[in-house]
Amino acid sequence: MGSPLVESQVGAKPNLEVFSSTLQELAETDKDIVAVTSDSRGSGKLVPFGKKYPKQIVEIGIAEQNLVGVAAGLASAGKKAFAVSPACFLTARALEQIKNDVAYSDNPVRLIGISAGVSYGALGSTHHSLHDYAALRAINNLIVAAPADNYETEQAIKLAAASNKPLYLRFGKKNMPLLTTDEEVPFQFGKGRVICKGSDLTFIACGETVYPALQAAEKLRNEQGIEATVISMHTIKPLDKVLLQEIAESTGAIITVEEHSIYGGLGEACASFLLQNQYNKPFKIVGIPDEYTVTGSQVEILDHYGISKEGLSNTALKLLGKM
Amino acid sequence: MTENELAQKSNQYRQRILKYIVGANAGHTGGSLSCIDILNVLYNYTLNVSPQNFSSPDRDRYIQSKGHCVEALFVVLADKGFFPEEDLNTLCKYQSHYIGHPTKKVKGVEQNTGALGHGLPISVGNALAAKMDEKDFRVFTLMGDGELPEGSNWEAALTAAHYKLDNLCAIIDKNSLQITGSTADVCNTDPIDEKFESFGWAVKHVDGHDLKALKEAFDSLPFEAGKPSLVIAHTVKGKGVSFMENQISWHHGVPSKEQYADALKELSEAL
Repeated sequence: MGSPLVESQVGAKPNLEVFSSTLQELAETDKDIVAVTSDSRGSGKLVPFGKKYPKQIVEIGIAEQNLVGVAAGLASAGKKAFAVSPACFLTARALEQIKNDVAYSDNPVRLIGISAGVSYGALGSTHHSLHDYAALRAINNLIVAAPADNYETEQAIKLAAASNKPLYLRFGKKNMPLLTTDEEVPFQFGKGRVICKGSDLTFIACGETVYPALQAAEKLRNEQGIEATVISMHTIKPLDKVLLQEIAESTGAIITVEEHSIYGGLGEACASFLLQNQYNKPFKIVGIPDEYTVTGSQVEILDHYGISKEGLSNTALKLLGKM
Repeated sequence: MTENELAQKSNQYRQRILKYIVGANAGHTGGSLSCIDILNVLYNYTLNVSPQNFSSPDRDRYIQSKGHCVEALFVVLADKGFFPEEDLNTLCKYQSHYIGHPTKKVKGVEQNTGALGHGLPISVGNALAAKMDEKDFRVFTLMGDGELPEGSNWEAALTAAHYKLDNLCAIIDKNSLQITGSTADVCNTDPIDEKFESFGWAVKHVDGHDLKALKEAFDSLPFEAGKPSLVIAHTVKGKGVSFMENQISWHHGVPSKEQYADALKELSEAL
């Protein structure tokens, strides 16, 4: 395993800022790009976009159902609509619009869930989105993805703008370190990104949880001599079954990590595939248990539920029978 | 098309609606009969949409928010040549594209609808795109009065007025009945005109079975520059078949063989 973390890059931008700057860059030449917001241009980092391209931003006000419905109408009339709203509201309040107006009607809206997972921290469970993967995975014709770092974010936005498919992208608010890999392959939805390789176990993570998984892998290697593979499985649907099959055959154990309920998300998606494909080695889903979370900042909440360097390292040791 | 020819269309459409509902042994009979005159005028007089221009970005858009009355839409689309009318013999049958709500698998259908309160927001998006691209197509959406309590309608009504979408026309098929009872008893939305006017819309009332009045209303769009337009079409649920008119049981009642014969007889005599 090489050194996946470059210290000077720790503290890179929040993915959301990269979303905004990438969209702004694309909007310069593509006048069909439209940002649709629900009083969310500030939290979506779209204030500069709105100032530069006032004709390419549509403010809906706080009305998420309408946000998605209008975005579907814009998309069906040829606009590349990016509907930007806090993930908690976008994927719960407007779920029927996502299902019918976007996915079922095949209107290529780019749904951007911001401040996702427990990014809002102590604002509490009304503002947490721990259901979105589960809810959206069950809807046909919708790509569901959570980029891990600034690189994946930029690539995902560019691909989203270029493709003509309904999709949901989920972003948190934290500064995300750039992840480097030994051999970078072009970013594609539905193709997981191997950040580092090791044969003892595999962390399969997505979004902002890839970084703590990587930290845990480093800790395990340095302190225990345990070699872990870390995968950014940025696309929860469609899942990279080819990569999963490879991992199933080569690894000693699998731990999935997500900032989402342990029900219905990345972990259960992987479990479903693995169980149906003769995987019989240790397996553990790490996420938020079935409860309204403890009060705290995002980091405190994740730490509380073991989504941290320490917590994931301990989970790995237990799973391998070494603790 | 002369006034008389247009009136004959409505009558023929009513007969076909009943034919295919009987064939499918399912359908929204009362509402399809209440909105068919509106659809007749839209497709045979007002809309710039045809099988030939359906893929043109400049075509007018018609989105049926009250998707359950799909039988009315399907018979009109068939008549306009979007697909062969005999396709409707498969309505609601195993593996047919012709399901009980509008679907884009059927040529001529703009959006998959059926869940209520969705047509207006999508129409607002279409109308907004037209304004952004400086295109002059118009957007029409047909809503039922029973779907007005859906909050998404009012969200979209605000947006339509905020963006001064005078290329948008919503039509309410106000037959005053829904599955549980009268709309006034279930959840009173009157006065609809004052509500929409206060939201920034221009509103006209029309007899929804008066073809001439419907034509005139659509000819006068937009009712006011810079405002979205609302046509409140006063209709009769089950219109044209006396034993169905204003009877809630015909919301999705399917005629028996005898009732179907009686209905056809009445409609034929009215031709």
